[in-house]
Amino acid sequence: MAIIPSPVDLAPLRRAPAWRTAEYICWLLPVAAYFLFPTSLSLLSQMAITGLFALSLDLILGYAGIVSLGHVAFFGVGAYAAGLLAKYGYGDPLLGLAIAGTVAAAVGYLSSFLVLRGSDLTRLMVTLGVAMMLFEAANKLTEFTGGVDGLQGVDMKPVLGLFRFDLYGKTAYWYSVAVLFVFFWLARRIVHSPFGLSLRGIKQNVIRMPAIGAPVHARLAAVYTLGAAYAGVAGALLTQTTQFVSLDVLSFPRSAAVMLMLVLGGTGSLYGALIGTLVFMTAHHFLSNLNPQYWQFWLGAVLVLVVLFARDGIMGIAQTVIKRVRGKA
Amino acid sequence: MSAALQTRNLCKKFGGFSAARDVTLTIEQGARHALIGPNGAGKTTLVNLLTGFLEPTSGEVFLKGENVTRLAQHQRVKRGLARTFQINSLFADMTVLESMTLAVCERLGFGWHWWRPVGDHAAAVDEAATLLASLRLADVANEKTRNLAYGKQRLIEIALALAAGPQVLLLDEPAAGVPTSESRELFETIARLPREVTIVLIEHDMDLVFRFADRISVLVNGALLTENTPQEIARDKRVKEVYLGEALDG
Ligand SMILES: Nc1ncnc2c1ncn2[C@@H]1O[C@H](COP(=O)(O)OP(=O)(O)O)[C@@H](O)[C@H]1O
Ligand SMILES: [Mg+2]
Repeated sequence: MAIIPSPVDLAPLRRAPAWRTAEYICWLLPVAAYFLFPTSLSLLSQMAITGLFALSLDLILGYAGIVSLGHVAFFGVGAYAAGLLAKYGYGDPLLGLAIAGTVAAAVGYLSSFLVLRGSDLTRLMVTLGVAMMLFEAANKLTEFTGGVDGLQGVDMKPVLGLFRFDLYGKTAYWYSVAVLFVFFWLARRIVHSPFGLSLRGIKQNVIRMPAIGAPVHARLAAVYTLGAAYAGVAGALLTQTTQFVSLDVLSFPRSAAVMLMLVLGGTGSLYGALIGTLVFMTAHHFLSNLNPQYWQFWLGAVLVLVVLFARDGIMGIAQTVIKRVRGKA
Repeated sequence: MSAALQTRNLCKKFGGFSAARDVTLTIEQGARHALIGPNGAGKTTLVNLLTGFLEPTSGEVFLKGENVTRLAQHQRVKRGLARTFQINSLFADMTVLESMTLAVCERLGFGWHWWRPVGDHAAAVDEAATLLASLRLADVANEKTRNLAYGKQRLIEIALALAAGPQVLLLDEPAAGVPTSESRELFETIARLPREVTIVLIEHDMDLVFRFADRISVLVNGALLTENTPQEIARDKRVKEVYLGEALDG
């Protein structure tokens, strides 16, 4: 039998997961930042860690459409898990990440049964409620967590047994960026896989998915668990690079802030999570020094504008502009 | 041999309102079975009960002899039961090829594959492409679904159901809202489907129904009025009254 060439152009589908030039450039920025802002490494590390946290929310909100106001629960669980491990002698950073991610994933999987059953409003309330309970538990269990004083005595071993965490935060920075990159790369593979496509399917039309044979609940539970693991790793990174856990890792403002960053950058595009984090934290850094009230005011204004006029955030605006430019050329 | 699809005393109540009353129905293997009845008769509700989109208040559903009443929708799809929706239910922001590949991936059991890109699953992509070509949708394969003309979207509604590889296909007013010229083409597509696929068709155009069906069931107020061959149904006074009554009401 002769092979008949398909009349359907398969190139766009095959090309979709290929890395683009802009992406390579984007990942050179952390390298450039290291040399340009050598005195701000601690802030830059925080950005990488928060970027990973925003990415974890993007997986569940942007790709599967699960709204959560309590995503910080998994961040906090990861942070405390890594802190306690290091405190009691298991200070290897990668081991800490693995265990913290696993513990957060377990909590995510268990809570998925509560979260996934309801409507959006139920989900908001259940996620918020779970996070509040964990916050209060951490606050009360002072023997374990140190309560409001925070968890002291987090003693980290060198990364890979080679790189000590130094006073200037150089190791902390490269470690954070490397972990962010690895997990970003993994997420990128996942969203371009059939599993990732099915998540987009669920977000776009949850009614149709069962009618083409997809087990919607199981898929959502899986991505919720994955998002929890990512958040746990981000929390663990914060603990390991600061060698301290404050109660603030479970606080509501952190949940709200990460949601704002993601919405600002644009949900459902992976890079939106990173760009939103970068813009938000940079603006916060400069504006809140000038005048804290101003910061709140402009943050509020920008958010209202984004949600009303640019639903896909900065990434959405960028894509529209690129299309216009290409269209004219 | 057991029937393709069977119901036993199927009832569905929405509050105090009965949308399906004691429906006992048999769809034979390979049948071209039409389901007719005035608007609000409960045809879509019946499809929803058959597919598991709705849970019956009482009664049972059998697929190829197996009791599937307690099975979820996706489990019935795996057993060969697919449907289209009366109102388009598509993946608006995917390209046509993406949404077809998504559906084929689910059928081939690739839905959990999380490492290799979609495009590397050649079996799924090729089958999606072949299906699109056979429905003359090859030229719009890389268009976003939402940008297509309504008639084309209607075709994709059917294509998605076909991608599930059904042995039993439920078509809920497949040509609803499509202009006559295009609806003829649509029905030619349906008529070309392999004989071994059992088809249940809900359709208001009686010419089309009589040409297509070898068996017709008439549903009124949630209950089966009668079931027979097209010739007998055409002669049935009660059926005429039902439709005449509706025409007078309207
Ligand atoms: N989810 C629902 N809740 C309440 N009533 C419904 C629901 N779905 C359908 N109905 C009612 O059931 C009856 C049958 O509807 P339907 O099955 O859509 O009829 P058909 O498809 O034959 O036009 C209608 O009176 C409709 O209003
Ligand atoms: Mg209907």
